[in-house]
Amino acid sequence: MSGRRSRSRQSSGTSRISEEQINDLIIKLQQLLPELRDNRRSDKVSAARVLQETCNYIRNLHREVDDLSERLSELLANTDTAQAALIRSLLTQ
Amino acid sequence: MASLISDTEPPTHSNTVSTDLTRRKKRLSVPSSSSSVTTRDGDNHARWRSEKQQRNYSSKLVQALQQVRLTSSSSSPTPQKRGKAVREAADRALAVSARGRTLWSRAILANKIKLKFRKQKRPKQTAIPSLITTGSISGSRRSKKRRVSVMRLSKKSIPTVNRKVRVLGRLVPGCKKESVPVILEEATDYIQALEMQVRAMKSLAELLSGSNSASPPI
Repeated sequence: MSGRRSRSRQSSGTSRISEEQINDLIIKLQQLLPELRDNRRSDKVSAARVLQETCNYIRNLHREVDDLSERLSELLANTDTAQAALIRSLLTQ
Repeated sequence: MASLISDTEPPTHSNTVSTDLTRRKKRLSVPSSSSSVTTRDGDNHARWRSEKQQRNYSSKLVQALQQVRLTSSSSSPTPQKRGKAVREAADRALAVSARGRTLWSRAILANKIKLKFRKQKRPKQTAIPSLITTGSISGSRRSKKRRVSVMRLSKKSIPTVNRKVRVLGRLVPGCKKESVPVILEEATDYIQALEMQVRAMKSLAELLSGSNSASPPI
């Protein structure tokens, strides 16, 4: 916490007011990440590390979505039309 | 709802498919609903993990994918184009289920409309700005402005945290020019939505591959 406060003195004065808000958001973000969820000790995980892990995690999720959408497109091309209509009717009920 | 489905379906293997689907949905949502109880920091954390939200998204996804299938069968179906079309349909369905409360969802939907107009080469419509709340969005992934912003980020005068937040803002759609707290808040919501999207697409892919191989599901 003290490390973050000394860093804020170097930046502009207006950011000091919302520094706590930003720290809260970063803590919230940390709890979402699967890698950093176990380390609850705030002084061990820096804000920069949280942000780096967030970027990596979002890139991973994007890549997973891309792979899944490719796989789905192949599957949809091969699926029987009757089965696809069946699935749709099941899910919209 | 499960009993309704099993009553109306004919007693063939499709019956087991339907129960398997509902069972898989329940299996997916039970562990996530328990975690939503513990992390109740606000409405947002529980929102993307509820079973209702998952069902909502899955139905929209299936409908969007049906439309993709119909259009791709007419045009040239190269595997990359089809994959991208599926991805865009999934993103759009995700953005719609966000109900317009977040920046990234509005950016995804507005992006799609902008691309449509650009393809038809019409002059800029003034009715669109009511939807767009951020600045100009020139394709989040294929942006030509990316080269300029990367050179700006390499300057070491910007502190580390701000630099990383800017990088994060480029990853989340529609947040390239936002302030730091906005980017962080959008990122939290976006990550949870992406997780739900991955879960839904994974279960759908398993379902389709299971029914394709025509083996009796578990």
